Amino acid sequence: MNILMFGWEFPPIQNGGLGVACHGIVEGLIGNGHAVYLVLPKVAPEMQMFSPEVLKLLTASESGGFVKVAGVPGGLYSPYATAQNYENWIKEVKKKEPGMIYSDNLFEEVHRYAAQASVHAKHVPHEVIHTHDWLTAEAGIQAKKISDQPHVMHVHATEFDRSGDNPNQTVYDMERRGMEHADRVIAVSEYTKKIITKHYGVPEWKIDVVHNAVKPNFSAYHKTHHLNKTDKIVLFLGRMTMQKGPDYFLKMAKRILEVIQRVKFIMAGDGDMMHQTVRMAAELGIERNVLFAGFLKGDEIARAYGAADLYVMPSVSEPFGITPLEAIQNGAPVLISKQSGVSEVIKNALKVDFWDIDEMANKAIAVLQHPALSNTLKTHGKHEVERMTWHKQAKEIEKTYLKTRGKK
Amino acid sequence: MKPRQNKKSVCFYFQVHQPYRLSKCNVFEIGAKSDYFKGPWNHENQKVFEKVAHKCYLPTNALILELLNRYPEFKVSYSFSGVFLEQCEKFGEVGKQVLDSFKKIVATGRAEVLCETYYHSLAWLFSKEEFALQIKKHLKMVYRHFRKKPSIFRNTELIYNNEIAEFIREMGFKGILAEGWDHYLDWRSPNYLYTPQKTDLHPEDRRIAKTNAIRKTVSSALPLLLKNYKLSDDIAFRFSNRGWNQWPMTADKFASWTDAADGNTVNLFMDYETFGEHQWEDTGIFEFMRHLPNELLKRNIVFRTPSETVKALKPVGVLDVPYLMSWADMERDLSAWCSNEMQEAALKRIFDLERRVKDLLPYLPKTKQEELLSVWRKMQTSDHFYYMCTKYWNDGDVHAYFSPYESPYDAFITYMNTLSDFEHKLSLTPVHA
Repeated sequence: MNILMFGWEFPPIQNGGLGVACHGIVEGLIGNGHAVYLVLPKVAPEMQMFSPEVLKLLTASESGGFVKVAGVPGGLYSPYATAQNYENWIKEVKKKEPGMIYSDNLFEEVHRYAAQASVHAKHVPHEVIHTHDWLTAEAGIQAKKISDQPHVMHVHATEFDRSGDNPNQTVYDMERRGMEHADRVIAVSEYTKKIITKHYGVPEWKIDVVHNAVKPNFSAYHKTHHLNKTDKIVLFLGRMTMQKGPDYFLKMAKRILEVIQRVKFIMAGDGDMMHQTVRMAAELGIERNVLFAGFLKGDEIARAYGAADLYVMPSVSEPFGITPLEAIQNGAPVLISKQSGVSEVIKNALKVDFWDIDEMANKAIAVLQHPALSNTLKTHGKHEVERMTWHKQAKEIEKTYLKTRGKK
Repeated sequence: MKPRQNKKSVCFYFQVHQPYRLSKCNVFEIGAKSDYFKGPWNHENQKVFEKVAHKCYLPTNALILELLNRYPEFKVSYSFSGVFLEQCEKFGEVGKQVLDSFKKIVATGRAEVLCETYYHSLAWLFSKEEFALQIKKHLKMVYRHFRKKPSIFRNTELIYNNEIAEFIREMGFKGILAEGWDHYLDWRSPNYLYTPQKTDLHPEDRRIAKTNAIRKTVSSALPLLLKNYKLSDDIAFRFSNRGWNQWPMTADKFASWTDAADGNTVNLFMDYETFGEHQWEDTGIFEFMRHLPNELLKRNIVFRTPSETVKALKPVGVLDVPYLMSWADMERDLSAWCSNEMQEAALKRIFDLERRVKDLLPYLPKTKQEELLSVWRKMQTSDHFYYMCTKYWNDGDVHAYFSPYESPYDAFITYMNTLSDFEHKLSLTPVHA
């Protein structure tokens, strides 16, 4: 099958999980014998990790479309950024690099991408159009108008995950429009499927759940760190935003320290709650035990997992959440929020409601105190994660493609 | 019907057991936990007991009594764990009804009561003394309720090897039950009586067995009854399986298979919950059982209790079981209770407390002694360790996995926290030297 795919970010130029997932999906599809034409805002040579016969990377601006603007660097927008974040961020960029011509508004960028990218549908052979989240959904809608091929929208996150009870109306409208126009919707979890049916009114029959997988891991970092060797390390790794629950992590830390003192809590990541989180650690009086590591990249992430005695993902709302799987690959036992998609696929993890601080602390303490528990989680978790592959998941995506046949 | 000199018999044995599932206990409750044995909020022990009573114990007991009354030849046997009988005493009107209906069955004289460890524990693996004491405690309990003195032993989950048989023989029992596992039987059939391979006990263990003997005369060889797991599992596991090529199972069909089987005793051993709980009423399990005795009798097959089987038949050979075997899972080993690190750590910790608990006893008044022992021993029940099993958990076989906890990990955490609370209480017990 030829797949025309509209993506927003792709490794190595990426900001978070969407790029990782997109890469896995492309790899899985190619492994199953499909050809993918991936349209990105900007293509860098190092992105081409597959042979050009099976994966063709196209830039939105190369499409020969009517809107002519300069190529936009990839990785410019975080797909997680809320519209407000984007505005703040773009101001910063403009201060640093005044010569650049970006739109002040994320929505303009999204529309510009759609207008340019969709034109590829004219000359690229394809039997299905695959889009990711609201950022590229509009491109899919336009492309379908051109080629009349079925449109599958893959939902990795919704505005309700990112912004909780204060969704941005424009983003919500674009998500909804995408899902309404799409012939089928792929949700990354049952959890996300529920949100989609509840808040977007998408009928259940139209949604397929395809969980994410994780790429095999070959790094082998062992527990090495420069902290006191007898100290246990509990890790938070993710954006410091409301969605990821850094505040719940700190409340848990406070409770844990009431029972065991020799624990260091490392918080890796950056985001709009950063200052608030630092302040909160001080207010709780646990600032000596909380270390902020900033935004980690590449190998630093694997090393952080390797050093951790426990990885905690206390997300308030997590459509999927690949990090616990990566943590397990790197030998860390994990404690995850039940309000996550990943909790549907991993059994050898401790699970807790994000708001249940006492239970979260209870489970964390048990891992830190009982090597038997920690070791069992680690060994069984590793075996389990090894069985999750993008190759298998791509087969599921293929089933979704086939369901669109003859039902335009 | 061809005439038989010694008629073939069926030996029914039903296991009746309910554990005291542990109440949820988190680390912040250590030092102040009061009721360990109420059960998790969604599986309170009393509620589970009542549910099983209505689905299984009461209707099945009514049926068994009906069959005993209708067919003078019909016989059954039971093993009640001590913790099950305790729950009957404790759980009000329903508990009383259940106990009374069992008493009525036993009072017919055609239902034998077997002996096991009171706490349905894995004590054999860790402490022979505990093992012997829990057996004696069980005998007392059985006598108190049923006025019977059991002489046949079955260990928790049919855990068995040569050594256990020798220990049990030395204690004065007249028979023992085990799984009829092909691995040890090889070409031989489970439908005969065997004798265990004679083995020597550690002198200390032999002393414990002798000290706690239940009667003075000790038989020279202990008869061994083996479960026919194929026929037993046709009822216990496959009965309602529509994917099974023999479904639906009928009493007629089952009786003809029993008739066709070689040997002279077909031992059908199973959990009592098979009736109504594992196989729901709508599968037809009760109707099946209602017709089975008649179908067997029509084929000239009779019923014997384990004691009668032991008396009526002669062992045909020696069975050598050097390693521990059980009736659980495909593996028939101990992996359901002690195969991962959590289970090993938990088992070690509870049995490591033996000396500490027993050394405290002289300093306590009689009622406190009982209470302390009872708490410690209830935590030895095999089910606690079964809930920590990760075997099926990983295979994603949720049906084979039965637990009141969300995961084996949750089971472990609750167990260890409760144990920490118990240890804390031990440390507070005043010792006047």
